[in-house]
Amino acid sequence: MLLVENVTKSFGDFLAVHEASLRVDKGDLVAVIGPNGAGKTTLFNLICGQLQPDKGRITFKEEDIIALPPHRICRRGIARSFQIANIFPRLSVFRNVQVSVLSQQRKSTILFRPAQTIAVKETRDILDDVGLADKATDVAGSLSHGDQRILEIAIALGNQPELIILDEPTAGMSPEETAGTMALVRRLAEDRGLTILFCEHDMDVVFDVASSIMVMRHGETIIQGSPETVRANAEVQQAYLGGAA
Amino acid sequence: MRQAIINKNSLLVSAGILIVLACLPLVLPKFYVYVLALIFVTALLAMSLNMVVGHGGMYQFHHGVFYGIGAYTLALMLTKTSLPAWLGFAAAPVCSALAGVLIGLFCVRLTKLYFGMLQISLGSLVWAIAFRWYALTGGDDGIHGVPIPDGIASLIPSYYFILFLLAASLAVMYLILKSPFGNTLRAVRDNPERCEAVGINVRFHQLVAIAIATFFAGLAGTLFVVVEGSVFPDLLFWVLSLEVFIMCLLGGWFTFAGPVLGAAIIVALRTFAGVYTEYWTLILGVILILLIFFLPEGVMGFLEEKFKARTQTTSER
Repeated sequence: MLLVENVTKSFGDFLAVHEASLRVDKGDLVAVIGPNGAGKTTLFNLICGQLQPDKGRITFKEEDIIALPPHRICRRGIARSFQIANIFPRLSVFRNVQVSVLSQQRKSTILFRPAQTIAVKETRDILDDVGLADKATDVAGSLSHGDQRILEIAIALGNQPELIILDEPTAGMSPEETAGTMALVRRLAEDRGLTILFCEHDMDVVFDVASSIMVMRHGETIIQGSPETVRANAEVQQAYLGGAA
Repeated sequence: MRQAIINKNSLLVSAGILIVLACLPLVLPKFYVYVLALIFVTALLAMSLNMVVGHGGMYQFHHGVFYGIGAYTLALMLTKTSLPAWLGFAAAPVCSALAGVLIGLFCVRLTKLYFGMLQISLGSLVWAIAFRWYALTGGDDGIHGVPIPDGIASLIPSYYFILFLLAASLAVMYLILKSPFGNTLRAVRDNPERCEAVGINVRFHQLVAIAIATFFAGLAGTLFVVVEGSVFPDLLFWVLSLEVFIMCLLGGWFTFAGPVLGAAIIVALRTFAGVYTEYWTLILGVILILLIFFLPEGVMGFLEEKFKARTQTTSER
């Protein structure tokens, strides 16, 4: 479904991503792991069009998506959440999600009909699904950190994506919240037939949830394979798991 | 759960204000009617600016240009052509919107302050044309004695004409700001990066907002001609743009009707304090300093906050 081949991106002299490759098949739950600064977020920004790669190929459903602006890539069916809660803090929770639903339905330029009558059901369904329905009228900026992260995912769901990219969905969460969020992600993937690409620091979570794992270091792809293969790989053990696995 | 698009109280209040304003010319001396008409014109201009500044988050620093373009377009059509007057009233806002989009096309490529800087430069170009092109615009003299159509030439009918257009424009703007577009625009203001990631063409939405705002600025320009019967390059000068910007901040740029209040305060101040001293801007300066310290959300924002604390509704902006 998504194919990243030998992609390179440098900022000045710094090689953030170097010859990275990644393959995501339909229905997969792919995790990208690697130490801080390994280039995970940069890789996601390259896929979603926030950044342009210097070299390499990125195709989604057999079509080249390099050089497309972010909003076009999103319309092809890729939605994402951000590492730092990236929501609309002044708008209500409902409006936050409605913005992306309206965008997906191409209704964001309707001028003379009240917004509160449009895309209401779809938005409510998503809020019900992620468990934020009772907070729908709250101002998004007033939500707890954990709820803001969930809202991030809800906004991404509003686009009805086929592939959803989650940049550290559980960053800053307590262990209980982390477990809850990952259960939610897994359930959403099953219910909605979503393909998920995510990165995550908690190794227990990764090896528990992912169907395929890609390991990065210094911007390079070390290996991509099933959790068993990755766990058994000597280079990964030495580089990242510290031989503990 | 589902609220009406405008709640009953605000509808009643708006209707009440409208009735009072409609009755005022019956009791007020002419000078005050004139000042009110001027306030309405300026209020429409400030409201149009707030659409891009308060709701769109763009630093439209030189909004006066589009006000001036509207005014000049009408004045030129009335003085230099024999086309029917209504055509002038229709063409002026359209010309402003076209100019707005043209300048906006360059500006939306930049963000925040750079947007504003570029706009000041491009806008000043338009001012320079109006200031220098004597053959067409009368240069720094402007155009005086514009023949206003008979029906609205005298003060009282023009007052109602302006009041009607202001009310209609505010209703349309209100609808737009409550529409999916209005919501998306506020989302773009709060977080353009996120908007792109949910498939929103940010620049396109910004341009649409600029087109709408400059259209209404042009309309305000035509109303200025109706009140004053003349145009001059100061209408496009950056000082006026700054004043309008201040009206938005003063009234409350995250509120709907705040700029109307801001316009009323500043026009009244200029008119009444200006009688006593030409340094009335000093008073304005002091007000601004107080505003920044005590009412960062503007007068209307402050009032809404007070009101909402009691009624406990959501304070979504």
